[in-house]
Amino acid sequence: MERPLTKNIRTDGQPVFLKEYESQGGYKALPKALKLQPDEVIELVKKSNLKGRGGAGFNTGLKWSFVPKKGDFRHKYLVANGDEMEPGTYKDRLLIEGDPHQLIEGMILSSWAIQADEGFIFIRGEYTYAAEVMSKALAEAKAAGYLGNDILRSGFNFNLHLHTSVGRYICGEETALLNSLEGKRANPRTKPPFPQVSGLFGQPTIVNNIETLCNIPHIINNGAEWFNQLSLTPGDGGTKLFGASGKVKKPGVWELPFGIPMRQIIEENAGGMRDGLKFRGCLPGGASTDFLTEQHLDLKMDYNSVAAAGSRLATGLMIVLDDKTCPVGMVLNMIHFFAQESCGWCTPCREGLPWTEKILRKIEDGRGEMNDLDQLESMVRFMGPGNTFCALAPGATAPLGSALKYFRDDFITHIRDKKCSWK
Amino acid sequence: MAKIILNGKEVEADAGKNLLEVILSSGEDLPYFCWHPKMGSVGACRQCAVVRYKDENDTTGRIVMACMEPASDGSVISTNAPAATEFRARIIESLMTNHPHDCPVCDEGGECHLQDMTVMSGHQVRRYEFGKRTHNNQYLGPFINHEMNRCIQCYRCVRFYRDYAGGTDLNVFSSRNKVYFGRAAEGALESEFSGNLVEICPTGVFTDKTFMDHPTRKWDLTAAPSICHHCSVGCNTIATERYGIVRRIYSRYNGEVNNYFLCDRGRFGYEFTNSDKRIRAFKIPGTTEPAGHEEAMQYLAKALKGKSVAAVGSPRASLETNFALKQLVGDSHFSLGMNTHDLEVAQLAFDIVSSGKIKVPSLKEIEQCDSVFILGEDLTQTAPMMALSVRQSIRNQVKPMASQAGIPNWNEAPVRQILQKDHGPLHIAATMATRLDDVATSTFFNAPAEIARLGYAVAHFINQRLRLPDGMEKRALDLAQRIAKDLMASDKPLIISGVHSKSKEVIMASADVALALSEAGKAVSLSLTFEECNTAGLLMLGGSGLEDLPAADVLIVQENDLFRRMSADKAEKMLASYGLVIAIDHIASHTTSNAQVVIPVGSFAESDGTLVSQEGRAQRFYQVFMPEGDTPEPWRRLAEISMLMGKPFQAHDFHEFTSWLAKSNPEFTGIDTMAPPPDFRMLNQRIPREFHRFSGRTSMKAHRNIHEQKPPEDPDSPLSFTMEGYQGHPDPSLITGYWAPGWNSVQAINKYQIEVGGPLHGGDPGLRLFDQTGGQLSYYQDIPQPLAASVNGWTMIPVYHIFGSEELSRKSPPVKEKAESAGLFLNPATAAEAGIKEGDRVIVQIGAQPASLEVKYTESLGKGFAGVPMGYCGVNPEIAFIKYQKEK
Repeated sequence: MERPLTKNIRTDGQPVFLKEYESQGGYKALPKALKLQPDEVIELVKKSNLKGRGGAGFNTGLKWSFVPKKGDFRHKYLVANGDEMEPGTYKDRLLIEGDPHQLIEGMILSSWAIQADEGFIFIRGEYTYAAEVMSKALAEAKAAGYLGNDILRSGFNFNLHLHTSVGRYICGEETALLNSLEGKRANPRTKPPFPQVSGLFGQPTIVNNIETLCNIPHIINNGAEWFNQLSLTPGDGGTKLFGASGKVKKPGVWELPFGIPMRQIIEENAGGMRDGLKFRGCLPGGASTDFLTEQHLDLKMDYNSVAAAGSRLATGLMIVLDDKTCPVGMVLNMIHFFAQESCGWCTPCREGLPWTEKILRKIEDGRGEMNDLDQLESMVRFMGPGNTFCALAPGATAPLGSALKYFRDDFITHIRDKKCSWK
Repeated sequence: MAKIILNGKEVEADAGKNLLEVILSSGEDLPYFCWHPKMGSVGACRQCAVVRYKDENDTTGRIVMACMEPASDGSVISTNAPAATEFRARIIESLMTNHPHDCPVCDEGGECHLQDMTVMSGHQVRRYEFGKRTHNNQYLGPFINHEMNRCIQCYRCVRFYRDYAGGTDLNVFSSRNKVYFGRAAEGALESEFSGNLVEICPTGVFTDKTFMDHPTRKWDLTAAPSICHHCSVGCNTIATERYGIVRRIYSRYNGEVNNYFLCDRGRFGYEFTNSDKRIRAFKIPGTTEPAGHEEAMQYLAKALKGKSVAAVGSPRASLETNFALKQLVGDSHFSLGMNTHDLEVAQLAFDIVSSGKIKVPSLKEIEQCDSVFILGEDLTQTAPMMALSVRQSIRNQVKPMASQAGIPNWNEAPVRQILQKDHGPLHIAATMATRLDDVATSTFFNAPAEIARLGYAVAHFINQRLRLPDGMEKRALDLAQRIAKDLMASDKPLIISGVHSKSKEVIMASADVALALSEAGKAVSLSLTFEECNTAGLLMLGGSGLEDLPAADVLIVQENDLFRRMSADKAEKMLASYGLVIAIDHIASHTTSNAQVVIPVGSFAESDGTLVSQEGRAQRFYQVFMPEGDTPEPWRRLAEISMLMGKPFQAHDFHEFTSWLAKSNPEFTGIDTMAPPPDFRMLNQRIPREFHRFSGRTSMKAHRNIHEQKPPEDPDSPLSFTMEGYQGHPDPSLITGYWAPGWNSVQAINKYQIEVGGPLHGGDPGLRLFDQTGGQLSYYQDIPQPLAASVNGWTMIPVYHIFGSEELSRKSPPVKEKAESAGLFLNPATAAEAGIKEGDRVIVQIGAQPASLEVKYTESLGKGFAGVPMGYCGVNPEIAFIKYQKEK
């Protein structure tokens, strides 16, 4: 099985720098792409069925094609979203720390496709080592002539900068990220207009996830057909970094084909549940996805299958719930996080999440009443899609809404016994 | 036009608007917080949720925010679908989780948009059972009180303060449900428009601190439509009173002028009427005790008998008062109350704007211009609301960038996002740094003569037939070329200048630029500021400069302080040259203390009158309350004096005065009919000055007489001094407050407009007196010589401060607290040469008059110039040479 994204990543944890990257065939895609027309690159990526790995799963080539080709623009920008603050998610970190040039090459290729002249890598503030690695790699790429003006004497200019975030989960939302990059409050922006039309500093901008961008060199090198056949699911091209955390034997992150059954990830890659524990459910793609349970273990891990089961594939890194961990406490922990991370712009999220947290805390502490469950359910509806300014609150309430569905008895037991059975 | 189906009914809508605007304009109620007609939509509060259906067969629909949805043709919308009403109730419920339950003692109570929206949304039972987050409040200066716990995070304050008004020191801090709106550190708000936060804030976070010194509930106020007396722009206000104290001023909507806003001088300057500087009793010679009315009148009858009388009028007094005074003493004995130089400057400006050759814009029209060239004015200090309009206008040239990207104008955040800091040209040529420099395309700081030369050069580059000033520096030439190019490249260029450089040269140059643009076929506007609220009206009346007033036995000085008009020695000499000086005023000044006779009259709040703004707009202000003391309207007092002098006026009440005025001069045609006459009634009723919920009418004076007294009658206007009267929306010039069922806050303005943000029902009030078309104006081409370097002294540059330079507002304690100290503005190099440094208090000779001033540095002032504050006590107001001799 091919693992293009992680094939260079060393087992000793040391990053792959320029020389090693080149010796493994790195930067070969660049001269190839520069010989193609930008539209041809976009077309190729479209055909590869590469979908956004940040969670939304939107066709990358299609997204690129929305960047206006004509017009009087000061700049066009390409931004790599490495904010990765989704709880239980650590895949981009692996890619940056392990093989930084793969991202850089991916970004140069992408910028050629959309004709961007300026790029930013936006990295989560806590990823200090990743930033260190990236800085070194950027300096190498610049010295080698892969970045800057007249790249490989093609006449194409692309300058790439590293920006480390000063925090806030909401920076992972692409428009909040752009505001943050501009030095403004990291509040999401009104959409439309989408960043493709009016993004960073009002100019056309593409924001792609790190993992998404890392796929580009391989698509250029090996073609769309090759990329499609990496996946077990037609329509979802390529491999995916999947992962598992929680009380499994071997938590981690693995590059696997799309469409692999969830059971296989948990039982084989993660080594199954720790001894004495049973699988009770999981959040399949980070903290802002709906719970899936035992009945979903044979679900194929791809965008459509997970969506059909009522959740989202999102980042593909699951958080596993076992039978001896309290789902009420788990949801409370999540909601606490999201309430902290609300940007404070729109009412349902800013006021609804802290209120929800307080009700959950009350139940957790054994002061709950039965009608609190109705309140919680109405809160989930209140913060539903379309009601809020951005997707933070609908995502934040996903674990709660699904927990109320699948683990309702645990809530009732808390309220009835006036305590958490696991404490 | 678009047709939308709103709650099953077809409604005509402007497709360029958003649904919220359309729904409110249709007369339906829909709660909202973050949207404001002047600030567009941002979709933060989620309060205006409605259900939008795919078509008429769709029964489910989806929730959308009305403010964020275009009113596209064929939209099917419900405001009362259960999904929408439940969601809106939940939004209010959420907003109220942290809101204090202190309505009964809250300063906003009874006029709180949040209260109204809570009732409208139907949130009644509190389900939130947990603690509230609390904040610390900040000291924000003498104007604004801060109570952050009441905040519902609608973001309107920062959007107004920063995005609309260009302020920088108010911001939003922190995140989640802890977002905090305030300053980085405690301290007075720096923006000149901070007072608007009081009306912008939907609840009681930002409240009027001056109002809190004498708090009154909205429904207990007696109110009348008024006109701001603190600069020449003529903003519309509502002035309010209870127990003889003016309680507060707030903005009266006039779509052509100030729309929703006021500057802080206009909003907080009113406190002079309550100050201990008010004159409330007669002073006559021979007694140190205040004289009674009869005693004073007997004295005056004797003193005036057979005497020749000269009179000094005032640009801060109403048209009627000045007219009455002029009638009293005759044309030859009437001065306009300005020194001859200031009068010449003002007359020149007046001749240009009243010529009808070039369009004189309203503030609304200024907001629609797309390139601006300002000559010799620091607008934020001299005509603040015009500066605010200029700030809006500069976006016009770049706005098409947003529409080209498919973003409607009301979609505020994306529009700002795409425009970034881009804006159309705003070129400023001024004597010193100005408060609009932050958005200027170019700035040019130099003496008035050099500003004029730059202006003439601009005119030359627009029309090559016009002369290019000789010997211009390359930098100035390049700049002139660039300004000319920018003005010519725009559709609606605007030239702004005014009297505040005290320079005819600057005004003539600005007229030439405007004329050149006009001849080049541009839809050019020219706006010239005057110094005071009725300078333009006074110039229409006509009269001499102070120095040209003939000798007489008696001098009457009407609401004027000669020491603000002339150097102290000249003023003293002038006063001494008359056998008797009678000062008529409502406020004490150097002049009243130098007069042998002082006669009290009413302030603007106790009088009716007409003012003519710099735009030539005649506007009526109404008596707010009948004073208990002997302070009648000044023109009524003059009518009384006319009887003593044996030549009684033909007019006795206000309407008769305006009719007399209108007949006296064709230029004043219509001034008597521009607002309804005193016998005007709506449904046979007067328009009440008091709210229908007014309380205490039977008890307010019960400590003196337990019987309810008959309310005073108003012979001068159709307003009543009671709560009874016509309860509907009155004629637009007679609006005494905003209220509609369910709308107790100023947001009720929506109900008074034809469409939200548009003109008032019945039209925006005011009468434009200047000719609008067809007038004559020739090029001046009076190019001054380059300024010679000053030797043995400094050339004076007049400096104006929004807080401190204007006569009346500087007597308002909160304005005084905010006022800039009296500074001597110098380039650091100039100061160094003189051996003085920033912060030093020095005594300089301004002409023959010494002044004690504090040295303040400004790099924008050239070497050899010294800026001195105008309107400050003891500072010579006349242009003079400044000398400084270091004390040994």
